[in-house]
Amino acid sequence: MFSEEKLNKVKEIIARYPQGKQKSALIPVLHLAQEEFGGWLSSETMDYVASLLQITSIEVYEVATFYSMFNLQPVGKHVFEVCQTGPCMLRGSDQIIDYIKKKLDIGVGETTKDGLFTLKTVECLGACGYAPMMQLGKHYREHLTPEKVDAIIEECRAKAN
Amino acid sequence: MGRKLLFDKAHIEGIRYYDVYRANGGYGSAEKALKSMTPEQVLDEVKKSGLRGRGGAGFPTGMKWSFIAKPEGVPRYLVCNADESEPGTFKDRYLMEFIPHLLIEGLLISSYTLGCNSCYIYIRGEYAWIPDILEQAIAEAKKNGWLGKNIQGTGFDLEIYVQRGAGAYICGEETALIESLEGKRGNPRIKPPFPAVKGLWDCPTVVNNVETLATVVPILRIGGDEYAKYGTGKSTGTKLISACGNINKPGVYEIEMNISVEEFIYSDEYCGGIANGKRLKACIPGGSSVPILPANLLLKTAKGEQRMMTYESLADGGFATGTMLGSGGFIVLDEDQCIVKNTLTFARFYHHESCGQCSPCREGTGWMKRVLHNIEHGKGKMSDIDLLWDIQRKIEGNTICPLGDAAAWPVAAAIRHFRDEFEWHVLHPDEATKRNYGLAHYADPLEIAAPAAV
Ligand SMILES: Cc1cc2nc3c(=O)[nH]c(=O)nc-3n(C[C@H](O)[C@H](O)[C@H](O)COP(=O)(O)O)c2cc1C
Ligand code: SF4
Ligand code: FES
Repeated sequence: MFSEEKLNKVKEIIARYPQGKQKSALIPVLHLAQEEFGGWLSSETMDYVASLLQITSIEVYEVATFYSMFNLQPVGKHVFEVCQTGPCMLRGSDQIIDYIKKKLDIGVGETTKDGLFTLKTVECLGACGYAPMMQLGKHYREHLTPEKVDAIIEECRAKAN
Repeated sequence: MGRKLLFDKAHIEGIRYYDVYRANGGYGSAEKALKSMTPEQVLDEVKKSGLRGRGGAGFPTGMKWSFIAKPEGVPRYLVCNADESEPGTFKDRYLMEFIPHLLIEGLLISSYTLGCNSCYIYIRGEYAWIPDILEQAIAEAKKNGWLGKNIQGTGFDLEIYVQRGAGAYICGEETALIESLEGKRGNPRIKPPFPAVKGLWDCPTVVNNVETLATVVPILRIGGDEYAKYGTGKSTGTKLISACGNINKPGVYEIEMNISVEEFIYSDEYCGGIANGKRLKACIPGGSSVPILPANLLLKTAKGEQRMMTYESLADGGFATGTMLGSGGFIVLDEDQCIVKNTLTFARFYHHESCGQCSPCREGTGWMKRVLHNIEHGKGKMSDIDLLWDIQRKIEGNTICPLGDAAAWPVAAAIRHFRDEFEWHVLHPDEATKRNYGLAHYADPLEIAAPAAV
């Protein structure tokens, strides 16, 4: 369940659309739910969002399964989403992905045993000039090098303690 | 230095904030439009400017605006396309991050012209920090009477809302974007009806790119006729180019559309040449979906003329020997890059992003990806190259939306211009997994191969 504050946020989002078009709030509200409820969308969460927007659950599942930013399974506390499309590849994204795999001892799509890190490969994030890069939470980490990856891992570990 | 119209004030510290933007002439164009011009007069200026959509297709903006239906009592909507997901493209991000008020002012003038009282900015979900910047700018504009009710006492009302997507390239296609704004999967609609007649919530809707809408501001400032004096021929004005790949200075540049491709790549004002002293092998000048060109055809057209950074010159020679300006995502490959691998990453991208509605796109993109994967990994057959050609031909033109074409063209162009590199991969699989093919004849600008029959 959302807090009072988040419920107000949901109301504010719904108010952006004409009367009766509250379904338009679905994607923004799913983002909010994913942030609130542990970084992923369980079927309970999706049903809850459906009830908030007065739409059917299937309408929520349809959308949640379409968009790549919605996680339908639990993920680690820090998700490394490394871009692997052409422009990043030209500037060494493959080596960065290999480095992270070795360093964290996981494959793409896997989470470390301590639940801290998940590695994902993603397609172009609109940062091609600052390649190689990855998304970490709300922000981008650009011009990646092995040293920078080390520092980011340390930073995440420090946050966990 | 080339003349600038969008980035002329980008270097001013604090230009992101209202006070600085306003103190430097910001909202002057909006003031002029709302207080001293009718919507028809603004539309006229935009038509005279020759502005063409900056999202990729290059459709004349004034003409698009004049198509919007105006039934009595039905609201009209302006939607700003900030989905920016075409690989190689990152220019709209720069505009929104650093000069958000330029976009807000452009949205205000455009909404006034179209008669819209609500405007939505649909921004790709991964740009998760930018909505905060935009919302702050919107709040500032509102506080200063540029948004909300009765703007500057003119009686015009406008609200601007920011909506985040959630990771789907296809939502950059205008009808998929509208579906997504309605809270649905991003499945493109069959056209007609066009959004200008039946768009968001079935109301008349105009969808324009961020850069297009921001450009309305300088057009109003200097006038449509003056704007049209910038650039060359039908490529009027300036264009944002996001340059990436193996160059010395990747980044976002505003160019006047009167410079050569060679100048753009090699001059210090722009890309600063190929990185690490290497040689240019190939370039995809307009985002991943436009045809790749080898260096020789990039710098000079098949007729031997210098290739310019304009819509017309880049398209010179059609798909046989030309390409497109597209979204301005300029991707440069140096001599050490592998064309097969590069093409594979794009095939994977389009397969990942296909919405799955049409079988040629859904199945064809996956098939191309698998065949390219085999060739790249030394498991290809000679017949695979023809197979690839055949698959892309069967996708092109046979789908609901242009994503199918966008997936087909990069593969077609790679085979058309770099067939010997594909063949080398097939004939020398062991070598091909260890080293790259290199330059062959691609990089000599003087030796223009006669256009191959397609
Ligand atoms: C698959 C696909 C993806 C697209 N992605 C974008 C995009 O990210 N941004 C954009 O402005 N236009 C994109 N477009 C073009 C839009 O459909 C539309 O033509 C454009 O937003 C119109 O704006 P303009 O006339 O100002 O260029 C895309 C088109 C297709 C087919
Ligand atoms: S061409 Fe591809 S992306 Fe476009 S509607 Fe068809 S399946 Fe979807
Ligand atoms: S290719 Fe990686 S951000 Fe564009």
